[in-house]
Amino acid sequence: MCQECGCGNGGGDVKIGAHAHEQEHHHSHEHGHSHHDHGHAHSHAHGIKTLDLNRSLMEKNTLLAERNRGFFRAKKLLVLNVVSSPGSGKTTFIRETAAKLTGKLRVGVIVGDLATDNDAARLRTAGIPVIQITTGTVCHLDADMVSKAAAQLALDKLDVLVIENVGNLVCPADYDLGEDLRVVLLSTTEGEDKPLKYPPMFHSANIAVITKNDIANAAGFNRDLALINLQRVSHHAKIFELSAKTGDGMKAWLDYLVQQTKSV
Amino acid sequence: MHEVSIMTEALRMAVDAAQADGAGRILKLRLRIGSLSGVVPESIRFAFDVVCHGTMAEGATLEIESVPAACWCATCAAEFECADFFSECPRCHNPSGELRRGRELEIAKVETS
Repeated sequence: MCQECGCGNGGGDVKIGAHAHEQEHHHSHEHGHSHHDHGHAHSHAHGIKTLDLNRSLMEKNTLLAERNRGFFRAKKLLVLNVVSSPGSGKTTFIRETAAKLTGKLRVGVIVGDLATDNDAARLRTAGIPVIQITTGTVCHLDADMVSKAAAQLALDKLDVLVIENVGNLVCPADYDLGEDLRVVLLSTTEGEDKPLKYPPMFHSANIAVITKNDIANAAGFNRDLALINLQRVSHHAKIFELSAKTGDGMKAWLDYLVQQTKSV
Repeated sequence: MHEVSIMTEALRMAVDAAQADGAGRILKLRLRIGSLSGVVPESIRFAFDVVCHGTMAEGATLEIESVPAACWCATCAAEFECADFFSECPRCHNPSGELRRGRELEIAKVETS
């Protein structure tokens, strides 16, 4: 549960304001019709009234995400939101992607984790510009966190911005960050039925990458079944199969990325 | 899921609307939740009581309007109700890639006094 997340913080402030306001109204009510200084409140104080809102509860994040998208587009940046369960190989995948693009594309990374900056340190050691977001108890990144982190990167010197989301296949599915492409990883050490277990995330992805292909046999990975499941849930997604560690299958992914940067 | 943050946001929107309208109390909140939104109504109800405590919505009733998911079949040019993300059209049996309804997470109405 992300009680401490971005929208929670805003709500917390409102709660205090709302409490004070409530007392204010009780006050005016007790004093009856004679006491009021704004007619509007008075006219509604006694009747029950229905207000039609019809607004999305994700509205705040969605607006911020669209703002991010416009900003990134103006900077001609290709932005990826990389999501997976913990331990699917996000950091290695991103590190190898950035390393192998050296000389072709400049890659910067925003990393989200509940605690530690170990992932950021691993990327920094590889010479990649990186900003760590430590979310505390929050189980996902939101558009506001990304906006603040991006401001700390020299974006004009980058072609690709990779956002490594918190390892979690549930909550990040609902939070648009302003990315161009959502990339979901499925490692060969996970169950082939992950896409069926977490359909919102896999359904929302533009790209699905099967990682750790080098140990697929040892892990008893049933490739055909995994592909059937992926195609069922992520039927519109482009699928890559690779091992970031050995480099096997990386070329197709890198060529695809280079191609994508030409259209931003 | 993040039901507490979602309810916090729902309450924020409700309080903003109620205050802008000069209301003193929120009596009822109506949410619209799609069957594939990933949000669990029981958790939403629990979170509602927690976040409303000490606010102008304390003691308010929560109504949840559930929206059944529907997919669009391009071949038949028609919608069909679906239970999950990977449904096939009951008429032509082609898989549908387009979810038209079922992901809703909305605040529909607020009743105030």
